[in-house]
Amino acid sequence: MFDLIIIGAGPAGITAGIYAARRGIDFLVITKDIGGQAAWSSEIENYTGYQFISGPELAKKFEEHIRKYNIALKENEEVIELKKIDGTVSLKTDKGLYEARTVIIASGKKSRELNVPGEKEFKNKGLTYCATCDGPLFSGKDVAVIGAGNSALDAALQLINIAKQVYLINIASDLGGDAIMRKKVEESKAITILNNTQVTVILGDKMVNGIKIKREGKEEVLSVQGVFVEIGLIPNSGFTKEVEKNQRGEIKVNCRNETSISGIFAAGDVTDVPEKQIIIAAGEGSKAALSVFRYLVQHK
Amino acid sequence: MAKQVKVYSTSTCPFCIRAKQFLKDNNIIFEDIDVAGNQAAAEEMIKISGQMGVPVLDIEGEIIIGFDKEKIKENLGI
Repeated sequence: MFDLIIIGAGPAGITAGIYAARRGIDFLVITKDIGGQAAWSSEIENYTGYQFISGPELAKKFEEHIRKYNIALKENEEVIELKKIDGTVSLKTDKGLYEARTVIIASGKKSRELNVPGEKEFKNKGLTYCATCDGPLFSGKDVAVIGAGNSALDAALQLINIAKQVYLINIASDLGGDAIMRKKVEESKAITILNNTQVTVILGDKMVNGIKIKREGKEEVLSVQGVFVEIGLIPNSGFTKEVEKNQRGEIKVNCRNETSISGIFAAGDVTDVPEKQIIIAAGEGSKAALSVFRYLVQHK
Repeated sequence: MAKQVKVYSTSTCPFCIRAKQFLKDNNIIFEDIDVAGNQAAAEEMIKISGQMGVPVLDIEGEIIIGFDKEKIKENLGI
């Protein structure tokens, strides 16, 4: 039995770990990866102390910092269920069972899925959630970007330099995102914007070869070899049913990072904290660890 | 004799950067194949891995998709 288990090793989880280590708490970190969403950012220019740092570099710095304390860390492990029974938090992962007196949920967010037939089948076979990573593989091909927020507009603008034809598929009647980005997208000859359009099926053989779309009540097939899904993020909070969440599925926390269940704390993008920023997630992680320390002292 | 390691990647992909950094930190010599703008290399990668996501590591025929640290360690004995 640990005093604390931290779920996640993004900015919130890592910072919580550093504070927990320095307070001498006996803890374990369970995480799918190190760095979380921060590792996916190409350029970070608003993390104090760094005028410019790339996501992978910052993730490496985070890892070096936490490893300095010689902590117990389980990577490539996913939490499936979290429950509190008789004052003990029990965790089920894809690899085992754990118990702790307290837990900090810092599991962040993940890409929202379309939930249409063909999506799972063709993931990484022409369908991707990371234009920055996989975009260059679609050189000279026709591609579709699904979404209309900043990340979708950014993906479309990256792809015009690589792909032949870029379709931007927007379920609403107008594009979202920043005005500057919108203007660039609307002015680009290589981008065809399809508003009021819904993707219904991802088509393909071994790899993607098209999408079925629905507009003005009519279904048609668009021939594309690449599909970039950029429809926002959802919190990784599905493994806990008991703690209170808001409509978006974010875990509700108070100013001390306490959730609706005593002994269960949460920090960073998985929570309903107003802004999602690396520096805010890090700060929330430190607050959560200090709250846990206080809790452990009071509940000896 | 050190194993022959190939890394298929793009310069913009965060996990490619981390995978290559991990190999460097462990003094593993590898061939860095940038599949962006190199259609032949991209097709080779798709053929051997059956998918289009980067990074892909080829450790003497053993194909590892993504930055899977445990599998890389296991295959290289580090």
